[in-house]
Amino acid sequence: MRIIEGSILGDPIYQVSNLTKTYEHNRVLEIQKLEIFKGEIFTLVGPSGAGKSTFLRLLNFLEFPNTGKVNFAGSVFEQGQEMPLHLRRRVTMVFQRPMLLDRSVWDNVTFGLRLRGEKDAHRKVTASLEEVGLTHLAKKRARTLSGGEAQRVSLARAMVVEPDVLLLDEPTANLDPYNVSLIEDIVRKINEHHQTTIVLVTHNVFQAKRLAERVALILNGKIIEVADVNKFFNNPEDERTTAFINGDMVY
Amino acid sequence: MISELQDIIFLSLRVSGTALLCSTAIGIPLGMFFGLKRFIGRRLLTALLFTGMGFPPVVVGLFVYLLLSRSGPLGQLDWAWLPSLFTPSAMILAQTIIAFPLVAGFTMAAVMGVDPQIRQQVLALGATSRQAAVTVLLEAKVGVVVAIIAGFGRLIAEVGAVMLVGGNIEGRTRVLTTAIVLETRQGNFDLAIALGAVLLTITFLTNFALIRLQGRSFDQ
Repeated sequence: MRIIEGSILGDPIYQVSNLTKTYEHNRVLEIQKLEIFKGEIFTLVGPSGAGKSTFLRLLNFLEFPNTGKVNFAGSVFEQGQEMPLHLRRRVTMVFQRPMLLDRSVWDNVTFGLRLRGEKDAHRKVTASLEEVGLTHLAKKRARTLSGGEAQRVSLARAMVVEPDVLLLDEPTANLDPYNVSLIEDIVRKINEHHQTTIVLVTHNVFQAKRLAERVALILNGKIIEVADVNKFFNNPEDERTTAFINGDMVY
Repeated sequence: MISELQDIIFLSLRVSGTALLCSTAIGIPLGMFFGLKRFIGRRLLTALLFTGMGFPPVVVGLFVYLLLSRSGPLGQLDWAWLPSLFTPSAMILAQTIIAFPLVAGFTMAAVMGVDPQIRQQVLALGATSRQAAVTVLLEAKVGVVVAIIAGFGRLIAEVGAVMLVGGNIEGRTRVLTTAIVLETRQGNFDLAIALGAVLLTITFLTNFALIRLQGRSFDQ
């Protein structure tokens, strides 16, 4: 258990240690130690190209780290050691672009449940579509939706399988303020109602401030500072954090 | 006459239909493999595959003829399941070799046209690699159906290879294309044209049915 500013955080769900990721001799990620706790909204902020999305792909077990490991739910993910399917399925991810399949909205949301051979799909999909406010579009072809609607379908599709962890990779980067606010409300609800751990990657510090319980700044693949949201924004320890928050950072 | 014509049409459909099934069964998984996997030698094998797409059917016919003839490497083995020359099975073998590179090549192009992030997203939702591959294939279905249509087009119109390995034997290996060649040579142009019309009708109806497989994606 860990207490930050009065809020009680659960046990760590992820423990990352000595993690590195290199693409063609270019080291894009180097994280010595990081813990993400059950049930929290953890936000990773940083400029484009800082390694945020790479980190998410490692947390989703889609790519192996070169060195180091990710502990998840008692299992170790490292070079050459895949995460077992049943554990991998406890984590889902929403990308910056909605990446919907060329099917109906309903079929898109059902997708993850079908992969898992779930029988109770109808009830869960109905509830999920209700949660994102898109019940009326269930039969519509997914690729005809607006950007905001599509991203809400993408969220419904990721949460319908009731994951332990929901990874969000800049989910509102392409959206207008109204849809940004809708998506943020949904993310908050998912976290509150289902106790889903949320790892959000964004370059938008204001979004981090609105949503996060803890925030980390990543620059050139390295974590510069991790702190609870109030400390991060009001009393950061590293001057680079101050510069990033104030928009004064020169990359 | 009518029953002869029926036999010819039926055999054409049987030979080309079975060859299409075989080349689809080989070509689609092969195309998916080439399109989705990255492996050493992929460029070279792709170049070979593309060469296969343009391979002259009559050369394939010659190759199969030599392979199956009594003095050929396979003909000598005398295995019961090996097709004999001048049978529909030999024609199916030759046509499968002709069409599967076409199905594989177009399937490869179709799956490569699907946004790679779709596969990442599907995996990120908990798909196994097999489930992800099938999902990508379904996303590419418009292109994959075109691959099958291209394969069928090459098969139904093919004459050189079936002539060589089938022998155009009346009542046994005579198909629409070889019958057209024969009737034209004998000066029976009316019959040749009628056979040509039947061939075109079959091709049109089959393609029309195949387009339906593309579903609503075709109309988008």
